[in-house]
Amino acid sequence: MASHARKKKGLVHMNEFVYEQATSARDAARRQRASRNAKYLAGGQTLIPSIKQELDAPSKLVDLSSAGLDHIAHAKNVISIGAMTCHADVHVSEEVRKVIPALSDLAGGIGDAQVRNRGTIGGSIANSDPAADYPAALLALQAMIHTNQRKIPADQYFLGLFQTALKPGELITKIDFAIPSACAYVKFPNPASRYAIVGVFAARFNLNTRIGVTGASHCAFRWIEAESHGPDVKDLSNVSLNVANFNSDLHASATYRAHLVRVMTLRALSQL
Amino acid sequence: MAKQNQSGIGASVLRKEDRRFITGSGTYTDDIHVVGQTYAAFARSLWARARIDAVPTDGVAKLPGVIAVLTGTDMEADGLGSLPCGWLVKSKDGSDMQQPAHPPLAHTNLNYVGEAFAVVVAESQQQAAKAARALEQQVQITELAPVVSLEAAAGSPAIHEELLNNLSYDWEIGDKTATEDAFSNATHVCELEISNNRLIPNAMEPRAAIAEYSKGSGEFTIHSTSQNPHLLRLILAAFVQLAPEHKVRVIAPDVGGGFGSKIFVYTEEVAVAWAAKRLLRPVRWTATRSESFLTDAHGRDHITKARLALDGKGKFLGLHVSTKANLGAYLSTFASSVPTFLYGTLMAGQYRTPAIYVEVQGTFTNTCPVDAYRGAGRPEATFVVERLVETAARQLALDPAEIRRRNFIRPDQFPYETPVALVYDTGNYKKSLDKALKLANYAGFELRRREAEKRGKRRGIGLSCYIEACGLAPSQLALNLGAGVALWESAEIRVNPTGSVSVFTGSHSHGQGHETTFAQVVSQKLGVPFDQIEVIHGDTGRIDFGLGTYGSRSIAVGGSALIRAGDKIIAKGKRIAAHLLGAPPEDIDFKEGVFSAPTSNQSLTFAEVAFAAYVPNNVPTDEVEPGLAEKAFYDPQNFTYPAGTHISEVEIDPETGCIEIIAFVAVDDFGEVINPMIVEGQVHGGLTQGIGQALLEHGIYDEHGQLLTGSYMDYCMPRADDLPNYVVDTTVTPCTHNPLGVKGCGEAGAIGAPAAVINAVCQAAGVRDISMPTTSEKVWRAMQGKRRG
Repeated sequence: MASHARKKKGLVHMNEFVYEQATSARDAARRQRASRNAKYLAGGQTLIPSIKQELDAPSKLVDLSSAGLDHIAHAKNVISIGAMTCHADVHVSEEVRKVIPALSDLAGGIGDAQVRNRGTIGGSIANSDPAADYPAALLALQAMIHTNQRKIPADQYFLGLFQTALKPGELITKIDFAIPSACAYVKFPNPASRYAIVGVFAARFNLNTRIGVTGASHCAFRWIEAESHGPDVKDLSNVSLNVANFNSDLHASATYRAHLVRVMTLRALSQL
Repeated sequence: MAKQNQSGIGASVLRKEDRRFITGSGTYTDDIHVVGQTYAAFARSLWARARIDAVPTDGVAKLPGVIAVLTGTDMEADGLGSLPCGWLVKSKDGSDMQQPAHPPLAHTNLNYVGEAFAVVVAESQQQAAKAARALEQQVQITELAPVVSLEAAAGSPAIHEELLNNLSYDWEIGDKTATEDAFSNATHVCELEISNNRLIPNAMEPRAAIAEYSKGSGEFTIHSTSQNPHLLRLILAAFVQLAPEHKVRVIAPDVGGGFGSKIFVYTEEVAVAWAAKRLLRPVRWTATRSESFLTDAHGRDHITKARLALDGKGKFLGLHVSTKANLGAYLSTFASSVPTFLYGTLMAGQYRTPAIYVEVQGTFTNTCPVDAYRGAGRPEATFVVERLVETAARQLALDPAEIRRRNFIRPDQFPYETPVALVYDTGNYKKSLDKALKLANYAGFELRRREAEKRGKRRGIGLSCYIEACGLAPSQLALNLGAGVALWESAEIRVNPTGSVSVFTGSHSHGQGHETTFAQVVSQKLGVPFDQIEVIHGDTGRIDFGLGTYGSRSIAVGGSALIRAGDKIIAKGKRIAAHLLGAPPEDIDFKEGVFSAPTSNQSLTFAEVAFAAYVPNNVPTDEVEPGLAEKAFYDPQNFTYPAGTHISEVEIDPETGCIEIIAFVAVDDFGEVINPMIVEGQVHGGLTQGIGQALLEHGIYDEHGQLLTGSYMDYCMPRADDLPNYVVDTTVTPCTHNPLGVKGCGEAGAIGAPAAVINAVCQAAGVRDISMPTTSEKVWRAMQGKRRG
């Protein structure tokens, strides 16, 4: 006879937690430090369902919505987006649309209207969901991630499945994106969830091209081997692509994802 | 039919019920709150197959707010019975189907993930849910190897004791010898192995129930999301033995969609009623979306080998179909009939195929029970026939439209008796085909294909000429075939003294718009203004009896009952008018709401006669009883046979395998149409579910019997941007055997669409066959394979 214990998924129910609103990034960090297992609450689009499914049980949520992290600024060669800026605001921002239109498009293609009005850029990249859209853009656009402690280049930020360079308690405050001369985001959505099965962000800076890929692997990555190709490339089938950590699920095998990375990259490059 | 009445038959009247639905003023089961209510949550199996060793309830019972923890053993001790299957199917050897006990709460074995074994009742929903989940962790079980694969079920250990090959039945219909002869005489044989993917219903409103028990009167009042509340009451009384039928009132208030999944009697409504009596407090429950995925009866799930025999000119000689149908872990309420009498009997399609043989093995697996889902058996049958026909046309290098024309039953051949037990009363299949071909610009396809090719896209066009048997059902025939209930419908028309009309129907609307359509029928019949008519449904306390809504039966059967009741109202009205007008009743005319005596110049309005019925001044009540209310029970003489042609045009991106539906044309023959707008909406919804099945939807269990597609993250529902703008039109050959000439329209879209889409995809991809749902990866791989091959 065996007694079994298995985690049940899906029933909507939340454990109790303390809820606090932070008035600044500094205040947020203080409140977070004050309790064991306290978490920052950005848009809550991943965290709240995780708590409901009892995949996570924080003792305290520190709400960042009044912490003054919601802003978009355009300075010289940089678009700076506050961590608490929601996807809808990035999507409709005149500044973003003017200088990085593909980033506006990307934000407008995340989830649905409700998700875009709640979900934030900081929350998205702090979570580093392998199928999230923003990480591809951060990599391609040489983003600098500002936290309450330091600055982290995007290339050093995404480490693995839901793993980032953030240390416990470290809080993203804003993301600076370099302004490219041309860019494009091409997404192959999961037909059910509309997350990216594969999303490719290509950006050109003078002579350099950068390619960020999301959805395909355990976390977003740069496909450096393909970056030497220009908009006229017709075939990437012989360019090496490290598929070691590629995802394989109900919706797409690793083989198909690898194929899609090549196709989506060609399509993105052709728009530069 | 007459168009004088602007809210009568044939008018696209806006739906009465939409004002309350779209302003949030509807009353759904979960909107109903009663004093003293408690909350139920179900402890469910986390395992596909396990033996229950012990359900330790003591710890959970002490959790905050918990009022009671009731187990399957408690329910059995209280003498509650098994959930029955209402249709007896017999095997080839004449033996009855195997029907394992289906206790509402499991007490010995757990046979699918999500099967309930206990109910926790608590003061709040959260407390109940928390305790139920704790019990799921604490239940002591011995895990057994689950039987998940339909293909392998026959050779696997018996899920239910002593049940050979996990079979409920091995059923057949048609003439096996004649069919085999047809194949030996055939010039061509077209053969396909077809899987019909498991679907999960996903009604917008999840199932819910609230039960109240009155200790004084011994009466139960149960609000439930049911498509047929009288059937729920009947089963609770006669099979579950909850209480005598007259002590149970079931109300199905506004119900947000069903698609078949709310026909059936489930664990939860039984358990909340039983708990309400034990605890003497009202008990409520509303499913979470996750519970809906796990426990709403699923649909389809067949594996089929099918062969079509043809002569040298493409004439069909014989059809042989061998199907394994997944029934899930238990026989749900009508599960046995779906892959048999609603499937095998439709294999003639629109064609004169002279010899047909169908055998179906109804098979148990450790998965959620499978039962009727929009179309119920008929989509599966159409898919088999129309995939075979189109594939045969390509095999013989015949135009797919032409091979159909050569085999259609001609209009002069009706009534037409098929080799699989049905008699089609009427139809004109060529007319629908021709209209659809024209609307789809079938002749111009080659040009469009070439244009697409220049853009690097592959185009395909596919046909599906479906037929369905609707208007369930002629009772005698259904009873002869094993139905446990007759399938007539009731109607009552109560004319109020002021001339307004209350209409009571045993049909049930859960989105179909009966309150509008039925009011149009009565308005036309009695000449009473549309806004003076109220249609009441879904309450066993107000309606005599009814069989509910499914199988596109409401207008054909329920609507016909209204006409019969209306005839009686008019007959009585004439007798009243005769006295008032001083003429013999047989001389009274009734037209457009006016009673008149042609011999005099006098006439009376319907309202005047209604008033006289209740205030019988000058009407001798010894000759004419006071009042004006009549009932009718209408039993159809035959099924109705909606049929039509659906044409789908798709484009494939060969680089990704992505399919886009460029155009979809549906030309349906529903007979007479009461409200064209509502019919068009029904077709749109049906097509969307059919396209969903073809391209997107798939209920998938892993080898352990865990449902992988248990949320919208993985179960892909069709959305607006997956779909084309539909081109919908109709042809009309009125049904010959009901007074309205109607056939029913609720399921046609879901029946016809899948084959049209897959036929188009196969042509575009250049492959002979591809399984549903045709995901982009599947298409891409098929095309890769072809390129290499």
